Amino acid sequence: MIKGKFIDNLPKVYGIYTGGFLVFIILMAIAESMGMSSKMIGIFFVSFTVGIYAIIGYLSRTLQLDAYYVAGRQVPTVFNGMATAADWMSGASFVAMAGGIYFKGYGYMALLVGWTGGYVLVASLLAPYLRKFGCYTVPDFIGTRYGGNLARVSAVIVLTVASFTYVTAQINATGTIASVALDIPFKIAVYVGLASILICSMLGGMRAVTWTQVAQYIVLIIAYLLPVFWISNKMGAGIFPHFMLADEVARIADLESQFGLGTIKNSAADLATVPKGLAGITKAHSEVNTTPWKFISLAVCMMAGTASLPHVMMRYFTTPSVKSARRSVGWSLFFIFLLYSSAPMLATLSKLSLMDPNLSTGIIGKSIAEVQNIDWYQNWNQANLMFVSDFNGNGTLELNEFFMGGKAVVLATPEIAGLPYVISGLVAAGGMAAAMSTADGLVLAIANALSHDLYYKIIDPKAETAKRLIVARVLLVIIGFAGATIAALEIQGILGSVIWAFDFAMSGLFFPLVLGVWWKRANAQGAVAGMLLGLISGTAYLIWVRNGGAGFWGVTQLTFGIVGSAVSLVSMIVVSLMTKAPDAATQKMVDEVRIPSGKTVLGKQH
Amino acid sequence: MSKQAKHWEKTRSLLFITLAIWFVFSIGIFFFGAEMEASSFRPLGYPLSYYMTCQGSLGIFVILIFWFANQQEKIDEEFGYSEKEDD
Repeated sequence: MIKGKFIDNLPKVYGIYTGGFLVFIILMAIAESMGMSSKMIGIFFVSFTVGIYAIIGYLSRTLQLDAYYVAGRQVPTVFNGMATAADWMSGASFVAMAGGIYFKGYGYMALLVGWTGGYVLVASLLAPYLRKFGCYTVPDFIGTRYGGNLARVSAVIVLTVASFTYVTAQINATGTIASVALDIPFKIAVYVGLASILICSMLGGMRAVTWTQVAQYIVLIIAYLLPVFWISNKMGAGIFPHFMLADEVARIADLESQFGLGTIKNSAADLATVPKGLAGITKAHSEVNTTPWKFISLAVCMMAGTASLPHVMMRYFTTPSVKSARRSVGWSLFFIFLLYSSAPMLATLSKLSLMDPNLSTGIIGKSIAEVQNIDWYQNWNQANLMFVSDFNGNGTLELNEFFMGGKAVVLATPEIAGLPYVISGLVAAGGMAAAMSTADGLVLAIANALSHDLYYKIIDPKAETAKRLIVARVLLVIIGFAGATIAALEIQGILGSVIWAFDFAMSGLFFPLVLGVWWKRANAQGAVAGMLLGLISGTAYLIWVRNGGAGFWGVTQLTFGIVGSAVSLVSMIVVSLMTKAPDAATQKMVDEVRIPSGKTVLGKQH
Repeated sequence: MSKQAKHWEKTRSLLFITLAIWFVFSIGIFFFGAEMEASSFRPLGYPLSYYMTCQGSLGIFVILIFWFANQQEKIDEEFGYSEKEDD
């Protein structure tokens, strides 16, 4: 059926894969109509998809350095775009984003703008130049461009802090989904999630991660879009929800005022009875509800963080050319756009399904007893994601008496809107794909930086290929376990840790990376000062604000990257100018990086 | 001025144009959230502030990157810096 090289057959291979997955969904739907239990459907969905990723991971095993570190630099433009989109869209994007929009409205949408706008910076400032450089990892660029082990180690430190913060959140998300879908305790599910992540990345490194990420993107985008279109059509809101929900958005605003949003407040005593982590609707759906500075500062942090996160940047090291790296950024953002532009639509449909008394699914205004008897209410109440209570004692459910967890918007809406359970199983598989693909990329970014930059470049430069690859794999497993162990402690929520990771990356890496290409005068001393002082000041600010510090410039614990990167920029420029200019060889190297043609700065195998 | 210096100058102007457009749609317009909300210009019927955050700015970024990539490729070609197939 398939002849010739794998790379030449990609469209065919993934075409067959997508078709097969759709057939699987249909088979599950038939099984459901024949009476398969919802628990079994969930188990089938998650284990089938994870099994496929494991097979891809196994088939992509490799004993070559450039295949392990940069997938042999032969990933075609569009497929690299898909892989980056999966790498990028984490459990937070998939499971938590629509929920955030649902509860916080306009103020939260700064994240959408930030997480997409950052790609303009990636395409114009960094990706093509780092591809021309020919590095294996981000610290590889810093270490070679600025020279010296100190710069390399500093970059490894920033990378590890940022990516590790991020990866615990992703392993936490895989654990959450695995525990719900497979019905096992969270503390065990975390390690089940970890095992799946390691199978995908251990044998084949970047090559295996690339081809599983493409497969994961296909699953996650189908799992996100199918319910949105289905619900919209079922509700009669429009065939193409993205262009047709204006009336629904306006209707929600009407219902909000009709139900007394913002005028009826819950007492503190009443709120104390609501389970932890659940929230009611307290903000208007489409109103501008935040100050410009709050919105902009959050967006800026997410944008600069996007351009500094190593697991994203290293995806562009895998394309065949500089030109394709640049175009690939556009494709990445296009594939991300498909999901991000759907999240607000899902939030709208979800809210209207629950609120509108004219819809059969609406629960506001029904009697409390009736709502408590609904099947899906009982399920999600048991999962601790939904709660109602008759605060005013009138026997009717009011808007301020309904509480939901953020994850429920994505996970429960299909069920609420009356879609068959097979869709909920599909959504669980999608969430698992999103969290796994990001965790893969992150664990690999950390392990590669440690094995290539710390071990090979600094500790044992004479190590042979076989030994380097063994060290890389051992580190991968260690990092994975460390991440899972911390994830099992559940210190910080998924979304909070993700935002912190962006701020850490922005504090330490944004300016050293950008100035490395765009400012020839930048030298090693400046870069080290920029990375370390940026990271330290950002972290110090975070600790200060978390412990009750007042903060300044309106910078909160979600936007501390502004302080960190400002310190980073100033110290990098001042220290660079106070010390000697980089030597002629380094300046020539920067010139070389700035033109697409010719050989890469670092060799194919290094 | 050497060929490479000219190439870099053009590349840099393209960067500034790209970043200027980026700035307008990622930062600039959000200084005017309240004004956008009150605006009578409602794309597809959505309030302008809502539309820009969920589709408008995002879509513009996608188009901007592809436009930027095309322009940069033209510059590289003009100076003979495009990659050859067998590089």
